[in-house]
Amino acid sequence: MELYKLSTVELSEKLKNKEIDSAVLYTRLVERIKSVEGKMNAFARYYEKPCHLIKNKDNYAVNKGLYGLPVAIKDNICIKGKETTCSSKILQGFKAPYDATVISRLKGAGASFIGQTNMDEFAFGSSTETSFYGPTHNPWDLERVPGGSSGGSAAAVAADEAIVALGSDTGGSIRQPAAMCGIVGLKPTYGRVSRYGLIAFASSLDQIGTLSKTVEDAALIMNIISGKDELDSTSCDVEVPDFLEVIKGDIKGLKAGIPKEYFIEGLDDEVKTIVKEAIETLKKLGVEVEEISLPHTKYAVSTYYLIAPAEASSNLARFDGVQYGIRQSASDLADMYKNTRAEGFGQEAIRRIILGTYSLSSGYYEAYYLKALKARAVIANDFKEAFKKVDFILTPTAPTTAFKINEKINDSLQMYLSDIYTIPVNLAGIPAMSVPCGFDSKKLPVGLQIITKAFDEATIFKVAYSYQQNTLWHKEKPKL
Amino acid sequence: MDVKYVAELAKIKLTPEEAEKLQLQLDNILCFFKDLENLNTENIEPLSHVLDVKNVFREDVPRDSISKQDILNLAPQKDDDFIKVPKVVG
Repeated sequence: MELYKLSTVELSEKLKNKEIDSAVLYTRLVERIKSVEGKMNAFARYYEKPCHLIKNKDNYAVNKGLYGLPVAIKDNICIKGKETTCSSKILQGFKAPYDATVISRLKGAGASFIGQTNMDEFAFGSSTETSFYGPTHNPWDLERVPGGSSGGSAAAVAADEAIVALGSDTGGSIRQPAAMCGIVGLKPTYGRVSRYGLIAFASSLDQIGTLSKTVEDAALIMNIISGKDELDSTSCDVEVPDFLEVIKGDIKGLKAGIPKEYFIEGLDDEVKTIVKEAIETLKKLGVEVEEISLPHTKYAVSTYYLIAPAEASSNLARFDGVQYGIRQSASDLADMYKNTRAEGFGQEAIRRIILGTYSLSSGYYEAYYLKALKARAVIANDFKEAFKKVDFILTPTAPTTAFKINEKINDSLQMYLSDIYTIPVNLAGIPAMSVPCGFDSKKLPVGLQIITKAFDEATIFKVAYSYQQNTLWHKEKPKL
Repeated sequence: MDVKYVAELAKIKLTPEEAEKLQLQLDNILCFFKDLENLNTENIEPLSHVLDVKNVFREDVPRDSISKQDILNLAPQKDDDFIKVPKVVG
């Protein structure tokens, strides 16, 4: 049996019932990685021996057990004692001195860790091409990108190099690659999952979430990682439902909104048709559908690309060659900073740091940063108004299927626009999931995005699970 | 935008060629942002944080932290109990 092809829920059952041994599963997964990683480059690094193994099985929480199941982790989430680099040159050699909260919770549930997945440098990108380790390839077409910035996590799960993975989503970095690789990607509500130990990109937007083969798998992992953490003051003390239970709820009579602003110029015709078919499927399952308006959608990309780089320029000031990472020596301190940062940061990181520094600088703050914060309020309010009328919103996850490697890397604006449907969700702080909903004529996957109000992941899970129970898209595997 | 000046603020050394290329790219991006001028934001309060959370306090009790040695071990250059940097004052 090809164990690595099974879902997280299936494997945790088998591990729990002692039908399989976690060491055997780990070995099979490493063999799989070795056989396809040369084509994929989905990992920044992986471990031939489990990087963490709990031996005392009595520690496993009954409903939360992973029983030694290996999880893949994006290269910006700290695992104690392991190199964690954000796939950047500037953090080469940095071994995290502590565990992120999501890591300690996964350890507590009996997870091991197979490795850290490749990503756009510091999560700056939508294609995983800006990594210091080179681009990750899309398993559905190796000449194409997997999306980004969690492209390594998405590609690893899609290519069965990982059972399940964690990623981070600041403007679509979980959902967009999940869509482009044909898997399930969840960005929880801002504050639902602790960000302690996630190397910060844009702190008001960043959120850790899951990349998985099925909706149930996402629910299983969310049961483990959700909830208030005193080490992250922005994590919320809101009750966490048992997502594996709520998932089975009925969706008959729920109201879905289709925002007209998401189905205009720029959306690929095939993607549009496929997403509309998915909406029809949900209608047949009893969902009531109505057109809605999110009138300020067109301002979202500009707003995001002012706010996110501004926060990034501040967060990345700490990478200066003093306390960790690489250092380029110089005779005085200022030159040491400048040389180190020039040497350590890639082009997109430098572009965003300079853009962010500019929008925060004296004389431009009001015209750019402050204006963007006001636009953010307007965009967030669009969603508030919409959720007075509907229970959830359905959109395409990305305007196109996976594009070719090098196609957009030299055109920043085109790259930024590939996040046009995912960015508004981060600006509003609400949750959203991408689920596989079909393939275009090139056999490239398309994702359906399900959005709800804050802390209503339960509705997302219900809708996504019902959809997945009635479709087979998530069962298709790329040929490698 | 004066890229060379902003790069100085951001403490990043750029070659003249890099600065020229970035200048073009960033001018182009800033031009795209101009559409925000069409959005009326009069009387709108800026939204810097989506959650309605106020200052979060915890009990002020001592607890274990990461050890000094673990932190020192990460530094590119150190001397005894100190992280070493180039001379700051002349």
